Amino acid sequence: MANMSLEKIKMPEQAPDVRNKNFEEVAMGYTAEMAMEEATRCLNCKHKPCVSGCPVNVRIPEFIAEVAKGDFMAAYKIITSTNALPAVCGRVCPQESQCESKCVRAIKGEAVAIGRLERFVADWYMANCDEMPEKPAQNGKKVAVIGSGPSSLACAGDLAKAGYAVTIFEAFHTAGGVLVYGIPEFRLPKAIVQKEIDKLSAMGVEVMTNMVIGKVLSIDEIIDDMGYDAVFIGTGAGLPSFMGIPGEALVGVYSANEYLTRINLMKAYISDYDTPIRHSKAVAVVGGGNVAMDAARCAKRMGAEKVYIVYRRSEKEMPARLEEIHHAKEEGIEFHLLRNPVKILDDGNGQVCGIECLKMELGEPDASGRRRPVPVEGSNYVIDVDTVVMSIGTSPNPLIRSTTKGLETNRKGCLVVNEETNQTTREGVYAGGDAVTGAATVILAMGAGKKAAAAIDEYLKNK
Amino acid sequence: MFRIVNKKELNSAVTLLEIEAPFVAKKAKAGQFIIFRVDEFSERVPLTIADYDREKGTVTIIFQKVGLSTKLLAAKEVGDSIRDFVGPLGVATEYDGFKKVAVVGGGVGCAIAYPQAKALHELGVEVDVIAGFRNKEIVILEDEMSAVSDNYYLMTDDGTKGEKGFVTDKLKSLIEAGNQYDAVIAIGPIPMMKFVSLTTKPYGIKTIVSLNPIMIDGTGMCGGCRVTVGGEIKFACVDGPDFDGHQVDFDELMNRNSVYKKEEADLAEKHICRMDKMAHDLIH
Ligand SMILES: Cc1cc2nc3c(=O)[nH]c(=O)nc-3n(C[C@H](O)[C@H](O)[C@H](O)COP(=O)(O)OP(=O)(O)OC[C@H]3O[C@@H](n4cnc5c(N)ncnc54)[C@H](O)[C@@H]3O)c2cc1C
Ligand SMILES: Cc1cc2nc3c(=O)[nH]c(=O)nc-3n(C[C@H](O)[C@H](O)[C@H](O)COP(=O)(O)OP(=O)(O)OC[C@H]3O[C@@H](n4cnc5c(N)ncnc54)[C@H](O)[C@@H]3O)c2cc1C
Ligand code: SF4
Ligand code: SF4
Ligand code: FES
Repeated sequence: MANMSLEKIKMPEQAPDVRNKNFEEVAMGYTAEMAMEEATRCLNCKHKPCVSGCPVNVRIPEFIAEVAKGDFMAAYKIITSTNALPAVCGRVCPQESQCESKCVRAIKGEAVAIGRLERFVADWYMANCDEMPEKPAQNGKKVAVIGSGPSSLACAGDLAKAGYAVTIFEAFHTAGGVLVYGIPEFRLPKAIVQKEIDKLSAMGVEVMTNMVIGKVLSIDEIIDDMGYDAVFIGTGAGLPSFMGIPGEALVGVYSANEYLTRINLMKAYISDYDTPIRHSKAVAVVGGGNVAMDAARCAKRMGAEKVYIVYRRSEKEMPARLEEIHHAKEEGIEFHLLRNPVKILDDGNGQVCGIECLKMELGEPDASGRRRPVPVEGSNYVIDVDTVVMSIGTSPNPLIRSTTKGLETNRKGCLVVNEETNQTTREGVYAGGDAVTGAATVILAMGAGKKAAAAIDEYLKNK
Repeated sequence: MFRIVNKKELNSAVTLLEIEAPFVAKKAKAGQFIIFRVDEFSERVPLTIADYDREKGTVTIIFQKVGLSTKLLAAKEVGDSIRDFVGPLGVATEYDGFKKVAVVGGGVGCAIAYPQAKALHELGVEVDVIAGFRNKEIVILEDEMSAVSDNYYLMTDDGTKGEKGFVTDKLKSLIEAGNQYDAVIAIGPIPMMKFVSLTTKPYGIKTIVSLNPIMIDGTGMCGGCRVTVGGEIKFACVDGPDFDGHQVDFDELMNRNSVYKKEEADLAEKHICRMDKMAHDLIH
């Protein structure tokens, strides 16, 4: 008999007023007992609606059945047959709009905690079966992978398993993409990402950091001079947007990318590191996505007394994961919803002293189906802050497309690919992840990397 | 890891290092820069590529010890390695159609101006170099600059070497004397670049300045290096670092570069510990 509890087994978490002062993981993960009990909530539905909600079709009821039996190894094998990064996805997927949104248990009560179970299985594997993979027999062909975010890691992993000699070229000094420079330690411990990279190294993947492709080497040189048989471009969508409002050049205005990179990649929160960061008392973060929540929660942890989210639509329209919005509120972040910044104020010495906002109302739905915010004339007010973090979106960096012949991009600067194969408009050159879709999700990027790996294998087998 | 193969102290504050970085050396051009990190705990700091040797696979940097990172770097010796060295970054300078150019360098800015003067000279362009320093103690690259210029004018603020006066005085008198410059390239402290740009503006001489905002990635992903040029936001690491001096908002840049004054000063103390630790590691 299935467990008919309407609620998920609660996730143990650090208390809000403790965790908002440290960078340790907020959610501490299920114990084996909790996982097995939660697993009994799954009805093992014949038509498996949850699976269709997962972008990589993790065989959800099958792995959950193994968890219920206590065979975590079997569960791990099922998950990793379609998902290369379960420890990451279990933590950061927007489950409420993907797998869990389709779960029949969500019709009445809460969905089965698919994400938490996935995370449990991955963590269990890491803690108990710490075996490194072996280097597979080589097939004599070479593939270059540009960037080292989730799309590249997944692509490199599958290609390495198939016997290709893979080299990852990463611009930064550390591999991992957004997983290391953007998403904070308290949501995704960097040791997990490092483990994935170590596994790739064990399979023979060469990781070359400090290589900005388009500058130090072009894609053409990688193919023509260095003899790579195919290339995968997984360079993400890292170019930050600014609003173009007065005051954005003041000292104290950051892009979320800069703010998060200083804190996460360059560890400004650990005193052993030399990375300077502004010691803010009051911070306004403009935006409503995961990036904005991460920036706000980092600001709090760095010691800011007041942290505000300023978002131009209502909470319902916020693109951030539900859990992050919930956690942010618990940690004392204040939400100014339906508010749009119009100006950042100068204290007279070129430093930020406030942000002027305009109130908004929701009007008719726009092209995206979300109700369009319209300004309320004369409703301006000022929030006193000494730091502003702009988190209003990013787009693909033009460096690769502007230095590679024959790579077509769309209006938004995203690489154009064949949907079946993820091949770009150039033979032998594939792409995936945010570089193709614009800023999206880890699981979509990972899925694209796997799809491209399969297509590259097919292409090179026949070449 | 990137190994140091040559080291020279150019004056008490300015150091030259030649570093093994074959990929960078292969692609480097005048006007481009690298970003280095001494070790796992260090900041990412940009420095201009002062010279390169494609055969040997080395890149030369010349830098002033101003804060923690440059002091840690200057403490490295031949045979030591540093953790990260990424480049070449930024857009190489374009010299299309120049026949005669004045290159103006201020202080350590001469290190950044040197590769430009050299590149122009090698292209057969007539080059006048005006190099300015506070006093004779800190003059650098005198022989090197002379070798790649048609005329080399040395200026010191206190007149202890060369002529007494500012580089702008010399530039103005050369222009007034009828020298027809197709362009002026000015590299040095922000106020110097600002005043050179103001000097050339009435004559309508194209003026190229090399901006040095605070940077992290150097690839266009953080926006920390943003500068306002002609009323538009530009990212100096990918759109520059060279810009039209008549369009640059120098006051804004000066303000933005002061952002970590206090934090950098706090680092001074820590710096002593880091240097001690490094010395300790070297002995053991
Ligand atoms: C702060 C933040 C929080 C997020 N939170 C979530 C979340 O909770 N859940 C979720 O699903 N998604 C989240 N996302 C989105 C998710 O991280 C991205 O969609 C995903 O990482 C995209 O993967 P990718 O492989 O396409 O590229 P990225 O992860 O962006 O990696 C690209 C890599 O390529 C490198 N690169 C770029 N140009 C070059 C070049 N020219 N040469 C060499 N290397 C280059 C970059 O340095 C980078 O390392 C978040 C994003 C951010 C920024
Ligand atoms: C494209 C580019 C090329 C450069 N080339 C050279 C070069 O060839 N040789 C050279 O000596 N320097 C060069 N610089 C300047 C150099 O990057 C800075 O001096 C460096 O940040 C100092 O680091 P630090 O940790 O030693 O000092 P910090 O402790 O970071 O800074 C010390 C002082 O310098 C200020 N400062 C910090 N960063 C910068 C910056 N980027 N520019 C100006 N002031 C800053 C701080 O506010 C502080 O007052 C270049 C900068 C750029 C952007
Ligand atoms: S990968 Fe993401 S969407 Fe798919 S089952 Fe796991 S948590 Fe759900
Ligand atoms: S929809 Fe829910 S209950 Fe049904 S199989 Fe999927 S996870 Fe289990
Ligand atoms: S240094 Fe980050 S965008 Fe220029």
